[in-house]
Amino acid sequence: MSQSKELLQVSVRRGTEDESGLSTYEVPQQESQTILDVVTWIQRHREPSLSYRFACRVGMCGSCAMMVNGEPRWTCRTHVQKVLRDGRLRIEPLRNLPVIRDLVCDMTEFFDKWTRAKGVFEPTETRDDEFAAIKPSDPKRMQANAAIECINCAVCYAACDTVNLNRAYLGPAALNRAWTLANDDRDGAYYDRLAAVSESDGCMNCHSHQSCMTYCPNELNPTASIAGLKRLASLAYLKGKL
Amino acid sequence: MSLAHRKDSLWIVQFVHRISGLLLVLFLPVHFYVLGLALNDAAELDQFLKWTDSPAVKFAEAGLVGLLGVHLFGGLRILALEFLPWSPRQKTYAATALALSFVASVAFLLRAF
Repeated sequence: MSQSKELLQVSVRRGTEDESGLSTYEVPQQESQTILDVVTWIQRHREPSLSYRFACRVGMCGSCAMMVNGEPRWTCRTHVQKVLRDGRLRIEPLRNLPVIRDLVCDMTEFFDKWTRAKGVFEPTETRDDEFAAIKPSDPKRMQANAAIECINCAVCYAACDTVNLNRAYLGPAALNRAWTLANDDRDGAYYDRLAAVSESDGCMNCHSHQSCMTYCPNELNPTASIAGLKRLASLAYLKGKL
Repeated sequence: MSLAHRKDSLWIVQFVHRISGLLLVLFLPVHFYVLGLALNDAAELDQFLKWTDSPAVKFAEAGLVGLLGVHLFGGLRILALEFLPWSPRQKTYAATALALSFVASVAFLLRAF
């Protein structure tokens, strides 16, 4: 790694849900430095008590998402050069989630909503049956594949203004998961899931701001998934299934 | 509250659509009041219609037509987004909706003078 050139002015929100404030640190700028590198440097050299969450450091686990200069980002794959504004960074915990401490959010409500949206696969066969033969070119399988690479980072959840206005709303990630299962021919809970996602705080609440699509680090499109659920739920309603 | 995540053109288009709806809601009571004059007070209605001949009012009416266009075409865009197979051309559709609104507003203005 090259020698540091300049000092970054980094403001980090510290504290709890009830009481927090910004602390500013000077961090040596490095080549190819990520936001997670910056947070780690602060913890190791300036603020040993700084709490944050990370695991894989390569964009696989989805645990290190934070707000960077007001925008939700996966910090391990976000280069400082990309988001630096006048030599300054503001790093805060994810929006729309309760803060446990410093940069660590309580993800309970985020994952509870996956359960509420029936984001669990309901098998129709047992391990003793033959494998289900589904062609990769099957249109439904292709729709599911396009949405399946979610890493549960909650960046879309933090970007969503509908979640911000209605904290009971299921949110883009849970609905995106439901959409993948609604397109899975092996799943046996099709109408139960459509009923779950079209309840009062479900997919029909989406205002199509498309922020989830804009910010998804894996370039998924939860807006399209939610629109798909709206179509399926409307069709099921017209058929008298909901 | 940070607005940094609200700078994408698709977010702004949605916001403009929402604001156009709110402004039209504010206009509707005035609209119905004037329609009511036709039943209750023909003389006052005539006076009001003379007032609407002024250029400033015609420009304001063109603005209203623009708002209506934004809300109508923006609404069709959202219906297409939600009920047609997904298209990656969302920004093109949004720009088309705004352009059609502008054309409708200018067409009204050309006819008004």
